[in-house]
Amino acid sequence: MLGLISRILGKEDPGSKNVAKERLRLVLVHDRASVSPQLLQLMKADLIKVVSNYMEIDEEGLNISLDRSENAVALVANIPVKKLKRVAT
Amino acid sequence: MSEVIVVTSGKGGVGKTTTTANIGAGLAMLGHKVVLVDADTGLRNLDVVLGLENRIVYDLTNVINEECRLRQAIIKDKRFEGLHLLPTAQTKDKSAVTPESMQKLCTELKEMFDYVIIDCPAGIEQGFMSAVAAAGKAIVVTTPEVAAVRDADRVIGLLESKVGIKDPKLIVNRLRTKMVRSGNMMSVDDIVDILAIDLLGVIPEDEKIVISTNRGETVVDNEHSLSGKAFKNIVWRILGEPVPLLDLQDEGGFLSRLRKFIGLSN
Repeated sequence: MLGLISRILGKEDPGSKNVAKERLRLVLVHDRASVSPQLLQLMKADLIKVVSNYMEIDEEGLNISLDRSENAVALVANIPVKKLKRVAT
Repeated sequence: MSEVIVVTSGKGGVGKTTTTANIGAGLAMLGHKVVLVDADTGLRNLDVVLGLENRIVYDLTNVINEECRLRQAIIKDKRFEGLHLLPTAQTKDKSAVTPESMQKLCTELKEMFDYVIIDCPAGIEQGFMSAVAAAGKAIVVTTPEVAAVRDADRVIGLLESKVGIKDPKLIVNRLRTKMVRSGNMMSVDDIVDILAIDLLGVIPEDEKIVISTNRGETVVDNEHSLSGKAFKNIVWRILGEPVPLLDLQDEGGFLSRLRKFIGLSN
C-alpha cells in the first residue's frame, strides 16, 4: 500500500547504492581475507569435529561466515548446541 | 627527478587509456616532456585515442627485441609540444615484454623525459606485472560500480604487496552526479571509504569525452568541459599542487539548468 502511494507520488525506491555497497562490502571481506568457500567448508568440518568432542551440536544449523566491522575481519560462527556432554575432568 | 607512473584498474573499460592520454596531454600543456607508453600489447588503443594511429612505424616490441632504436619508435604528438607516444604491437607475440625488459626500457626513457606514463592492460596477469614493474607511482582508475571497485581493490592489494608501490592514488571516473543524488550510484566518499587510498581526482560522465575520443583528441585542453577541468586538476595534483575537488554538483542543478536555459553557459 505504502509502495503504491509512493509510486503514485513519483518517488523512487530508496536507491540501489546501499545494495551495491553492502554487496561490495561482503565480496571484499572474502577477497581481502583470500578465504574461498571451499576453505570455509573445510574449516566448518574441522570445527564440527572439535566441538563435537565436548558437546552435541546441530550440524545442519551450524553456520560460519567472515564479517567485517570497521577495519577488522571477524570469523562469526553460530553453532546450535543440542546437548552438553559430561566431560571427565 | 623523472617519474614513472602506471595507470591501472584491474577491470577493463573504466577509462585507463583516456586517463593516460589526458594526464599526458595536461602535463605537456604545462611544459613538461612526457612519454606515454602503451603496455597493452595485442590490444593497443592509446594510438587511436591520441589520433596517432597512422604514424606508427616501430613499436615497443621492436625496441625490446632490438630491431630498432628507442628514438625511432617514439612518436611526437601533433598537437602538444612535449607529448610523445611509445606505441606497442597489435599483432606480435607479447612474451618479449617482461618486467625486466620494461624496467630496462623505463630507465632509458627516464633519461629522456620528465614523466613516463604507462597505460596498463586490464587484468592482473603477466601483462599487468610487466606494466607495473618499472613504475614508482600508480594511479588506480575505477568507476562507481561494484565490479570495478572490487577489481580496483584487488589491484591495490597486488600493487602494495607484490609490486611494492606503497601509496597508489585513486581516480573515480564516469561519476553521474544526478544518480549519486538520487541514491542510485555510489558516491566518491563511499568508494574512498571502501578502498581506503588517497583520492587523486573525480571525472564526471561527460559526452565531450566521447566526442573528443571520436576525433582522436584529448579533453583536458577543452576549457568548456567539466571533465577537461577535472583532468587538469588531476595534473596539478600530480605536480604537487593541492587543488580542491571540482564542484560537480552544479551539473544538472537548478541554477546551472537556469543558466543553460538563458544561454549563459554551454
